[in-house]
Amino acid sequence: MASPEDLTGAPASLYAARKGVYPKKVDGFFRRLKWAIMAVTLAIYYGTPWIRWDRGPYAPDQAVLVDLAHRRFYMFQIEIWPHEFYYVAGLLIMAGIGLFLVTSAVGRAWCGYACPQTVWTDLFQHVDRLIDGDRNAQLRLANGPWSFEKLWKRGLKYLVYLTVAFWTGGAWIMYFADAPTLTHDFWTGQAAPIAYGTVAVLAATTFVLGGFMREQVCIYMCPWPRIQTAMMDEKSLLVTYKDWRGEPRGSVKKAAAHPGAFGDCVDCNQCVAVCPTGIDIREGPQIGCITCALCIDACDGVMSQIGRPRGLIDYCTLDDAASEKAGGAAQPVRNTLMRPRTLIYLGVWSAIGAAMLFSLGQRTRLDLAVQHERSPLYVQLSDGQIRNTYTLKLRNMEARPRRVAVTVDGLPGAVLWSETGSRGAAGERIDVPLAPDSVTRVKLFVAAPGGGPARQDFTIAARALDGDPGGDAETIQFDQSEAGQ
Amino acid sequence: MVEQKRIDEATGTSTVGHEWDGIEELNTPLPRWWLWTFYLTIVWALGYVILYPAWPMIDDATKGVLGWSSRGQLEQELAADAKRRAPTADAIAATDIVDLPAKPALMQAAVQGGGAAFRVHCVQCHGAGGAGLKKLYPSLTDDDWLWGGDLGSIHYTITNGIRNPDHPGTRTSQMPAFGRDGILDPAQISDVVSFVRTISRQEKASASSARGATLFADNCAVCHGAGGEGGRQVGAPKLTDAIWLYGGGRESLTATINQPRNGVMPRWGERLDPVTIKMLATYVYSLGGGEKVPAAPAAKGQGADGQP
Ligand code: SF4
Ligand code: SF4
Repeated sequence: MASPEDLTGAPASLYAARKGVYPKKVDGFFRRLKWAIMAVTLAIYYGTPWIRWDRGPYAPDQAVLVDLAHRRFYMFQIEIWPHEFYYVAGLLIMAGIGLFLVTSAVGRAWCGYACPQTVWTDLFQHVDRLIDGDRNAQLRLANGPWSFEKLWKRGLKYLVYLTVAFWTGGAWIMYFADAPTLTHDFWTGQAAPIAYGTVAVLAATTFVLGGFMREQVCIYMCPWPRIQTAMMDEKSLLVTYKDWRGEPRGSVKKAAAHPGAFGDCVDCNQCVAVCPTGIDIREGPQIGCITCALCIDACDGVMSQIGRPRGLIDYCTLDDAASEKAGGAAQPVRNTLMRPRTLIYLGVWSAIGAAMLFSLGQRTRLDLAVQHERSPLYVQLSDGQIRNTYTLKLRNMEARPRRVAVTVDGLPGAVLWSETGSRGAAGERIDVPLAPDSVTRVKLFVAAPGGGPARQDFTIAARALDGDPGGDAETIQFDQSEAGQ
Repeated sequence: MVEQKRIDEATGTSTVGHEWDGIEELNTPLPRWWLWTFYLTIVWALGYVILYPAWPMIDDATKGVLGWSSRGQLEQELAADAKRRAPTADAIAATDIVDLPAKPALMQAAVQGGGAAFRVHCVQCHGAGGAGLKKLYPSLTDDDWLWGGDLGSIHYTITNGIRNPDHPGTRTSQMPAFGRDGILDPAQISDVVSFVRTISRQEKASASSARGATLFADNCAVCHGAGGEGGRQVGAPKLTDAIWLYGGGRESLTATINQPRNGVMPRWGERLDPVTIKMLATYVYSLGGGEKVPAAPAAKGQGADGQP
């Protein structure tokens, strides 16, 4: 740290180069948990587009598909149309509240386990270990001069990076088109240029962010850590070095020579060596820590080797840290997970989820929107009737052709016909055929005896005729002049 | 205020010599890249002046060696647009207007194009959406047509106009000024009004309407039909329905019989191209009152049951 006096001299540069991070291999509960989460998340990411889902002949059979060209979003049984975008908004709100929930309970657990940056960095670091060897070998190679070994190892490593990066970008585009077809088109050069562009951009970002920038993204670029600190409180579980138990540090030898003079930490630096962001947790909570708990695994390993109790570094709340420091006991983890704040978040989160599920179950797959022709608002017909004109937008959201009946309600003596029918054949209902999965526009003429009120509310309803009771109705105005002639 | 320049110890750079509250400004040279970017913009500007219109003169500007102009660009874009629309326009031109409804896609394109043309050329009189203007211009959205509401008739009306004196094809007729020219006296006109209001069910039959019936048969039936059912060949309105262009009240009817208005419409065949006129006709037809071609000759002017 430069002192103020240092600054009066001419500093060569205010820029500090990155110190390489070569995390050491570690084993333990949290490391295995991290492997498991990595396996699941990567499997979901790479595998999802290949799941098939039968939706009948008129819709794609990909389980999860963002069909930008036809403006549809398919997710298993659920199909979202653009006007139902509020479901996506609802999901985003749930994701936000879910983040509140997780963060208030276990701090930056998202960062440590599930964040794509963490998952891919972890993957790339594993590639490093496979090719260069563990921490010491990596360090030796990095600091050593260019040799044949260094050359081929670097070459091979970047090749593996690139392959992983390419697959990452390649999996992304599969969500936007039929995966098998797109794969075929991609390799035969027939895919859309945007597909190649997307793969190139995502491969480049994966290569750079996962292969080289790594922890710098988490510490300097990512806004989450700044936001997440605002969601944590004294009761959130954080990775904590129990300095009241560990300090002062001293090796096993020194501790044996001076019993009682030293704490439990043997200053072996294992916690620093395994840290994927290269920080020293013994300096206290800090923004560089993604709470991945690998240091817990490392220190626990050391503690069991030397026969001291585990948990010198542990998940611990600030409140517990204070009470443990004062000699008290920590409260059970259950209490920190189940407290008003987390329960309220959980309640809101599940309420939104339940409401969305309910409305998904209730929503109709036949949607009617009515627009009243404004110019002219009404037309006087030669037999004295008044005619209003409406444009109906009928959305058939099912993947099969349907027929619907359009009727009017609450307008005595009204008859209707459409631009394809004639007034001579006008009646109380018209039938409209709807193509599968499409919007049909119908110009609807409604005529009613004149002399009624100047403005009257009535209902136009569309009902499916194929046994499905689903339908939709909209209340709209019928206008005529009061003065009549 | 220029003061003694001095060298700043920390950086070894000279200062510009100004001091504000003890703060001095270093005379750091502009970065190279900045300077080069600046020179490049000058070169760019010179090239621009040579290639494009740039210097304003008294009534013009320098042309630029590329010969570019915004007007020229607009013309290019218009030409490109016309080219883009050519297939549809050609298809409409090649299709007989009465066959258009059988080709929904083409009909839809025609209606849309017609709507655009309508908003430029026709709204001034017939109003946005074709609602017309009471006592001046007929509504095009209802089921009452003076000269016929099928595609062919509408097309003919738009092409040739109404009451264009020097045009042979124009639709023409003239209702006599019964009052002004003294053909009927005020009492007789009042009787005719009573009769007309009776057949349109606005008044009960009376002695006056009975007298009016005779007068109507002698003076009006030749155009408006014996029962007032109208005559489309001469654009004589139907008098038995609820639609009155110039009003159906006693006062309005009296004024009309006294001095008829005989409205006119320009012949668009001389101003618009045939495709635009065809599209206009389909648009007017689509407004809600379009009629199928009547099966029987339209002499009686009673095509009401054929209208969609
Ligand atoms: S200090 Fe520990 S928990 Fe934090 S990032 Fe490093 S290894 Fe993970
Ligand atoms: S791993 Fe544990 S014992 Fe070793 S330095 Fe870190 S805190 Fe101390």
